[in-house]
Amino acid sequence: MSLFDSKIPTGPLSEKWTKFKADAKLVNPTNKRKLDVIVIGSGLAGASAAASLGEMGYNVKVFCYQDTPRRAHSIAAQGGINAAKNYQNDGDSVYRLFYDTIKGGDYRAREANVYRLAEVSNNIIDQCVAQGVPFARDYGGLLDNRSFGGAQVSRTFYARGQTGQQLLLGAYGALNRQIAKGTVKVYSRRNLLDIVVIDGKARGVIIRNLITGEIERYFGHAVVIASGGYGNVYYLSTYAMGANSSPAWIAHKKGAWFGNPCYVQIHPTCIPVHGDYQSKLTLMSESLRNDGRIWVPKKMEDVQKLRRKEIKPTQIAEEDRDYYLERRYPAFGNLVPRDVASRAAKERTDSGYGVNDTGLAVYLDFAEAIGRIGKKGVAAKYGNLFQMYEKINDENPYETPMMIYPATHYTMGGLWVDYELMTTIPGLFAAGEANFSDHGANRLGASALMQGLADGYFVLPYTLSNYLADEIYTPRMTTDGEEFEQAERQVKERIEKLMSINGTESVDTFHKRLGKIMWEHCGMARNAQGLKKALEMIPELRKEFWQNVKIPGGSDYFNPEIEKAGYVADFLEIGELIVRDALHREESCGGHFREEYQTQEGEALRNDADFAYVAAWEYKGENKAQELHKEELRYESIELKQRNYK
Amino acid sequence: MNLTLKIWRQKNAGTKGKFEKYKLTDISTESSFLEMLDVLNEKLINENQEPIAFDHDCREGICGTCGLYINGRPHGPEKGTTTCQLHMRKFKDGDVITIEPWRAKAFPIVRDLIVDRSAFDLILQAGGYTSVNTGNAPDANSIPIPKLDSDRAFESAACIGCGACVATCKNASAMLFVSAKVSHLALLPQGRIEAAERVQKMVAKMDELGFGNCTNTYACEMECPKNISVSNIARMNREFIKAKIFAEVPTAVETGD
Ligand SMILES: Cc1cc2nc3c(=O)[nH]c(=O)nc-3n(C[C@H](O)[C@H](O)[C@H](O)COP(=O)(O)OP(=O)(O)OC[C@H]3O[C@@H](n4cnc5c(N)ncnc54)[C@H](O)[C@@H]3O)c2cc1C
Ligand code: FES
Repeated sequence: MSLFDSKIPTGPLSEKWTKFKADAKLVNPTNKRKLDVIVIGSGLAGASAAASLGEMGYNVKVFCYQDTPRRAHSIAAQGGINAAKNYQNDGDSVYRLFYDTIKGGDYRAREANVYRLAEVSNNIIDQCVAQGVPFARDYGGLLDNRSFGGAQVSRTFYARGQTGQQLLLGAYGALNRQIAKGTVKVYSRRNLLDIVVIDGKARGVIIRNLITGEIERYFGHAVVIASGGYGNVYYLSTYAMGANSSPAWIAHKKGAWFGNPCYVQIHPTCIPVHGDYQSKLTLMSESLRNDGRIWVPKKMEDVQKLRRKEIKPTQIAEEDRDYYLERRYPAFGNLVPRDVASRAAKERTDSGYGVNDTGLAVYLDFAEAIGRIGKKGVAAKYGNLFQMYEKINDENPYETPMMIYPATHYTMGGLWVDYELMTTIPGLFAAGEANFSDHGANRLGASALMQGLADGYFVLPYTLSNYLADEIYTPRMTTDGEEFEQAERQVKERIEKLMSINGTESVDTFHKRLGKIMWEHCGMARNAQGLKKALEMIPELRKEFWQNVKIPGGSDYFNPEIEKAGYVADFLEIGELIVRDALHREESCGGHFREEYQTQEGEALRNDADFAYVAAWEYKGENKAQELHKEELRYESIELKQRNYK
Repeated sequence: MNLTLKIWRQKNAGTKGKFEKYKLTDISTESSFLEMLDVLNEKLINENQEPIAFDHDCREGICGTCGLYINGRPHGPEKGTTTCQLHMRKFKDGDVITIEPWRAKAFPIVRDLIVDRSAFDLILQAGGYTSVNTGNAPDANSIPIPKLDSDRAFESAACIGCGACVATCKNASAMLFVSAKVSHLALLPQGRIEAAERVQKMVAKMDELGFGNCTNTYACEMECPKNISVSNIARMNREFIKAKIFAEVPTAVETGD
């Protein structure tokens, strides 16, 4: 096992972060003004980092591909954000949030990071409320909470079904305040094309202006990648259409190791696929599992009648319904973690009990909740989600159960970072979904928002300062140096190459084909045979892409096909790494389920003796296999156990 | 279903645009409006033509990126719905659908159906926030907020910044957008502190950027995909008058520290 330094502070778990902060180097105010920080991404992680760093006095430049930072993909988060406030007096604590997160992640996350996350979670809620985030409240005027999967306490703060929107608008407000003060500058409709490394340190970026097509150069004493996850490798997903893995992949190719790429979250409650032209899958928030009950018919004859539309689901008698999550996991019931719920749905549909014309759907039923708290009560909690469902499916979920099916939703893997959120390239940091750090092999609901804001508001301001303290001796550089020149030359060459192929298939066609390979062979369940097949298919598809992709138009004006082509070219590489990682990990854990490794009841079977490590992959050059490095996971406070939600 | 589309094509802000006609066959009624445009774009690419540029991202009705003027209405015929949430079942076989970009002086056209809405960002930079630094916040439950106030603040805060209100207004006024942010913050104790200063700065910025006046036609509320209420405008007007009467015009400008 090759060892490398994840820089975890020594001492007891609960004192590590305090100790780090006490020991961290500081930068005095006059020097801060002389230091430039580049942030790629304006989602929760990027916006909160940029605003906080701006407040501290650094010069910050933020880049995003949308027309304004407020539209980053974080805006779409629905259900909520966790914190260990214990406002409900139900026995919550920092330790319990830490414990649930480690267990939810199937014992594949770093203890010290997760503990810190739980520790700062409470500050996040305070910060957001001070910004004016209108979280839900009870009649006494205090904050309300709901429950999410994988927890037996109510620790999730929410703003109806629009929590991500409200949190992002809060962070965007903080960002706007700094823009007005001149500490932060936002560059929107920009695409990252390269990271410039000088003398081994990240020193700048090469950017494409999406409106003019111009290539721009920017210098920074440090660069933060907060560009989100890589789930769009699967084409159909709950991500925004423009979500891409390119910044993380560019960092990887420049020398940043990539952590646990095979840990991809398939969310159990999404609107099922309905046609070939489909462009995305819509999430139905996990919060719905607070009140919705998941079931399929018990009898095959009912399944067939449903498919022939001879009966309606509401006509199936209570005793003929299989509430399979409640049956299999009585302790957690419908609130088991996502990986468990998704696999259970797959098990039922694979056995032929799925509903919908396709057989690829299960019911999420609110009849019981409507009986208990009334239609009004249900509407107050989930009104906007019900509306969204009705718009898409033309069915009224107050009257008939929703139909749902798992879909790609989140990536736990990402750029490998140390305790300070720095990648293996000095000066290059990664935050939010773009890093691999806190969720192990499976993320619990409402924990991504928590992590993104923890990284941005409360971790990076300390850890980045700790790095920048030594950078005060490096004066601002111009961007005419050889490294910038060369980087710009290379990105221009790549665009020219893409444009000159002039083949016969659109970028989207390749993307869809890749998505199919990934979903089929590296989706909810994986096996060696399928993965090996994917390892042959992806490089072939990649070759075909570079010979036959078609990009109409030119490159000196707004041409979205160029950006898409770049993203898909990168997906075609990262897809292969996901598969390689999945093949090497001969165990089942969290979102990574290998059919060969399961218990007799079909639960994931971990192999702690051989795989209790983070897989960190090092890039070795084009068309070469990455080299695997292993960061051993040491559990000092928690005993490794088989996860049990029964 | 079969459709005829009349779509605005324009190379960039500097050139003149015009309508082009396209025919589409076999569109599924289950598909979304933007998926219908995807099909058209795929067809155009295969015919070696440039696809139609239109803005979109989340396709869930929350990011506010999409915004098409469909048959003379922002976001099309369905009330309370963004373009991306509009489905083809709302149209009939044989329909002719006219698709244009937002039209407003403050939103110049970038290309085809895409406009530049950065004026909205500038208005918010003028004061659409509370001045609180990271790490300075008191416990979140230290100030109870009546549920009604917080629910109302939420309803105002639900604005997605798409610009439909401006696009539909004959004066291209941004009053609904600005008043939603002003109300959201004015309704909460945390935002109350800077309310007077905020409303004056944001309104001044709005005027400066070339948005028109509000003449109370309420088209904005009708067309808002998030059903933001015009009562926000009334509240903003009250806030504005109150600020003028009771407070000095703020002179202290925050400086970078
Ligand atoms: C539908 C949905 C619902 C969710 N609900 C919840 C929930 O209830 N609770 C929860 O905790 N989590 C939820 N999540 C997960 C959570 O929203 C995300 O993990 C999180 O918001 C990611 O934030 P981020 O800041 O890391 O990245 P993002 O918000 O994805 O932001 C990425 C940023 O990077 C920029 N960027 C990307 N690529 C480039 C490029 N090539 N060049 C330049 N800039 C680039 C983008 O412009 C954007 O600003 C949900 C996710 C989805 C999809
Ligand atoms: S694409 Fe996000 S609101 Fe329509």
